[in-house]
Amino acid sequence: MTVDYIFDFLTGLLGGFLGSDYLLLASMLIPCLAIFGFITIYALIVIYAELKVSSFIQDKVGPMGQGVGLHAGKWGLLQPVADALKLLLKEDIIPSSADRPLFILAPFMIFIGAFISFVAIPFGESIIVADLNIGLFYILGVGSIAVLSLILAGWASNNKWSLYGGMRSAAQIVSYEIPAGLSLIVVIMLAGTLNLQDIIKYQEGGIFNWIIFDNPFVPIAFVVYFISALAEVNRTPFDLPESESELVAGFATEYSGMRYAFFFLSEYANMFVVSAVAAAGFLGGWQSPFDGFMSTPAWSVFWMISKTGFLIFVMIWLRWTLPRLRVDQLMNVCWKVFLPIALLNIFGVAIWTVVFNS
Amino acid sequence: MADIVFWIISALTVMSAAFVVLNNQLVYSAVALLFTLFGTAGLYVFLWADFIAGIQILVYVGGILVLVIFGIMLTNKIKSVRISHKSMQQGVGGVVIFWFFIFLFLALTKAPWVVTEAIEPVGTVRGIGILLLTDYLLPFEIISVLLLGALIGAAVLSRGDS
Repeated sequence: MTVDYIFDFLTGLLGGFLGSDYLLLASMLIPCLAIFGFITIYALIVIYAELKVSSFIQDKVGPMGQGVGLHAGKWGLLQPVADALKLLLKEDIIPSSADRPLFILAPFMIFIGAFISFVAIPFGESIIVADLNIGLFYILGVGSIAVLSLILAGWASNNKWSLYGGMRSAAQIVSYEIPAGLSLIVVIMLAGTLNLQDIIKYQEGGIFNWIIFDNPFVPIAFVVYFISALAEVNRTPFDLPESESELVAGFATEYSGMRYAFFFLSEYANMFVVSAVAAAGFLGGWQSPFDGFMSTPAWSVFWMISKTGFLIFVMIWLRWTLPRLRVDQLMNVCWKVFLPIALLNIFGVAIWTVVFNS
Repeated sequence: MADIVFWIISALTVMSAAFVVLNNQLVYSAVALLFTLFGTAGLYVFLWADFIAGIQILVYVGGILVLVIFGIMLTNKIKSVRISHKSMQQGVGGVVIFWFFIFLFLALTKAPWVVTEAIEPVGTVRGIGILLLTDYLLPFEIISVLLLGALIGAAVLSRGDS
């Protein structure tokens, strides 16, 4: 995979000067740095999209520049850069009654949790950092680091709003992991593998070979997965952990400056991860929607990014359209609606596969 | 390089496990347990048991550790709780530990370990699935029923006397 390509390239370039151990280390570090850069640039773009989409939905103009060289650049394109600079330059405050080690640890943990998911995401045909046998499963597993760090952040802040936010997010993510996981089981059943690249290769040959069009039960599974994923990344209408009107900013209340930026960045990174999993699992990943048309490796990156980007756009769209759920409604939807639907879906897909596909 | 990574992961696992046991604040112990569980998952990866490593993270970190931390953090004034490390029966304990160490050491060095060629398995998920539904079907089903019983029991207990 990518690591092997880089390793071969470096060996050809520097093979005589350095031992293969150093080259292997370097060929593992380079993709990690690339992912880090990708997350940063992607976050800037999505923050801009969030500002603009929200403005258009609310009939405003959003960030604007008043001409050349004035505040936020043309069309306000420099607004996210200004936001990032503001976060970098802000004073970093640790409350005196906070639990210092855990308060410092929590933002790092949540970012690591989001970061290591990217390792298994297929960005294109053979463009993946680690082509894991259990790729889908791995992404589901490391997603649980986010829960832990949100509770830690909420508790370590020593603030009742933070604690409430942390508790709510933990309860919410742990609950919604179940319908999300059960919906992905449908994908695993159809493709017969946990490897994300193999799942995508299974969907080769145009839009009607995508898993979402495989049988009438799968679109339901896709909707259940997407809504559960929305709840897992704490986006509106499921943003109870940081609902401004009740909890100030939830688990992030006491955080400022760069530490807050890590929470912010992780939320957007997690949005990308769940959207990429939805795109890879249901929408054909990097496969072109038209068989054989625009399906070179370079185009595969385009398809993957645009499918993921569309799902992220839907998330932004929902955020500025729907009001927030109540806590009891949130749990009702998860346990009394999504869980039975997801279980019935598995049953339905199994029967469909036996009757029609065998 | 694999050796270095192995030793780093082993050191992380053992040191964080020692921190879990020796620290006297429950919250820090629970957080250190996170690193122990991750280290164990790393060791599974070294044994090519990728599926078990994934399960380790999903179940232990995502389920059990979250519940443990949930419970600890909902406890009132948890930071004022100090778990004491008063040692009792030091003489007897020392003797037992000494002989147990000797026993483990001998078991490790004298046992006729079967050393096989390091071959890279293709993936363990399919094999585990087939074994669970053929040779180990009965244990698998018994564990399912046991877990279902525990689930119903927990629900009944948490309902109270209504």
